[in-house]
Amino acid sequence: MTAETQLPPPPLPVETRPPAPPRRRRRRRAGQTLWNLLGLALLVLMAFPVYWMISTAFKPDDDINGFTPTWLPTHPTLDHFREAMSRPFFWDGIKNSVIIVSVTVLVSMVLAFFAAVALAKFRFTGLKLFIVLMIGIQMLPQAGLIIPLYVVLARYGQVNTLTGVTITYMTFVLPFTVWTLRGFLLGIPRELEEAAMVDGSTRVGAFVRILLPLVAPGLVATSIFAFITSWNEYIFARVLLNDQGKQTATVWLSYFYGTSKHTDWGALMAGSTLIAIPVVIFFLIVQRRIAFGLTAGAVRG
Amino acid sequence: MSSTEAPGGAAFAAEAPLPRRRRPHTATRLFRGAVPYALILPVLAAVAAILGYPLYRLVRISFEQYGLFELIQRKGIPVGWENYSSVLHDPVFWDTLVRTVIFTIANVALTMVLGTLIALLLVRVSAVVRVLLTSGLVLVWAMPPVVAVQVWLWMTNYENGVLNYALTKLRLGDYFQHDWYATPFSQLALSTTLIVWGAIPFVVLTIYAGLAQVPRELVEAAEVDGARSWRIFKDVTAPILKPILLILTSLAIIWDFGVFTQPFLLIGQSNIQESNYLMGIYLFEEGYSKSDFGRGAAISILMLLIVALLSVFYVRKMLRLGDLR
Repeated sequence: MTAETQLPPPPLPVETRPPAPPRRRRRRRAGQTLWNLLGLALLVLMAFPVYWMISTAFKPDDDINGFTPTWLPTHPTLDHFREAMSRPFFWDGIKNSVIIVSVTVLVSMVLAFFAAVALAKFRFTGLKLFIVLMIGIQMLPQAGLIIPLYVVLARYGQVNTLTGVTITYMTFVLPFTVWTLRGFLLGIPRELEEAAMVDGSTRVGAFVRILLPLVAPGLVATSIFAFITSWNEYIFARVLLNDQGKQTATVWLSYFYGTSKHTDWGALMAGSTLIAIPVVIFFLIVQRRIAFGLTAGAVRG
Repeated sequence: MSSTEAPGGAAFAAEAPLPRRRRPHTATRLFRGAVPYALILPVLAAVAAILGYPLYRLVRISFEQYGLFELIQRKGIPVGWENYSSVLHDPVFWDTLVRTVIFTIANVALTMVLGTLIALLLVRVSAVVRVLLTSGLVLVWAMPPVVAVQVWLWMTNYENGVLNYALTKLRLGDYFQHDWYATPFSQLALSTTLIVWGAIPFVVLTIYAGLAQVPRELVEAAEVDGARSWRIFKDVTAPILKPILLILTSLAIIWDFGVFTQPFLLIGQSNIQESNYLMGIYLFEEGYSKSDFGRGAAISILMLLIVALLSVFYVRKMLRLGDLR
């Protein structure tokens, strides 16, 4: 995992700019085409690696290994996907990743939710210190943490176990789930909670019936984000899991290249696509929602 | 609405009893005061156990000789400041530090300049192009770094990588079978392209969101006054974007300084050597690969201290934005 995925994305304002004043309109229109072309060229440049990955995965070997690249997969084949899936330890990697990621997400979400309620709905001495701690932890470079985590986990016999990796993942998943959930909770109008209280509900009753349904989308979005972060993680899994049968999907993929003299690019790209798919799908679902959580609480300059 | 704006205003806040309700007994008040602490306790305990304790061990190990034997014995041999002096007297450490600083500056500068330019472009293009470009950026953002590395390896492969083909076809030089992994500079430059490519979407979309906050009246007034695009950006847009740009820059510095996965996998472990070490990789090789955990711990602490210094600014900024003065 890179840190880049840790911070929830910002909102995407959809409204367009109003038309320019008449004086400039004509020059704008002429310029507009130019800007549009530049934008499209940029799109091609940025998205090309993703396209190249997917199209290579579907191309037959002859198209891949020629010296002149084939731009379109005109003879699509699923062979490379079959190859990738039948390679040793592919399914082990997927299974291990799923186990590690689900436990990490479940446990962190429960713990983080309580803390987020405290941060969003109470004022108490030490609140600020706690938030500094949560933001500060996210800034720690992961490379700097390999040695201490490896040594401590080795002391307790947790190296080369899925438990050890799961515990490790919580170090960076917890802080940002707390912070993001706090944002979602802050976004709930206070009036709704007060209305429930006046109606005679108990504090817990108000919480369960009013707060929980409102924050459910936020919980889902944050869990998905935690899922993506742990699914993408590489360095701790690489250091802590030596056994091939225990490695995660990303580590499996990282050992693909360079294992033989001639890399099977088609299968490598098919494997890459398979590992990227869940992330991309989930990411597209939550991208906007998570933005709301962050903006509600944090970025309101 | 941020509840912290109005002190004691939240419905669940202990110090905000509803009107006409009797002042609760001391015991009840104490209980309510304890609620937030009880709520944060699980996270605090987890962080203390899985991060606090390892960091404490890290400090101790950094003063010990701690290799594989000591790991099995679970007991290091105290050596005082020897690990630190060994690291600080190691020219490789200083070379790596300088290389990492240059690498970080290059990555951050490229990310921020390109990110700002693309964000400004997003404002200019038509709605359709904007949606297309935004979707493309989100797609790039969603790519797992390990996957992106594999795609880069394939595209830059010297035999039939598409990069060499395209560069030659565009007549930018003869790149037939050009080996991009031949020199440390080329290896690191390739890592930069990968890192900047992956970081741009976040930067662009954040700045673009910030641009929406720039009052249109200001821009229009400047246009009526005959200001050119550059002046509008410099005197109207940039000052409003300043807090966002500062936060993004400091985040980028912190991330790029500690970067590991992309250069480590792209350069490949067999090609990694002293001449292309970055801080994270240096730490991995010297501490973990050589199983010299004591020395590795000293490097970790030095690295964490540098990043902590870099982070102070960011954390303070975040607190201010979170209304937590």
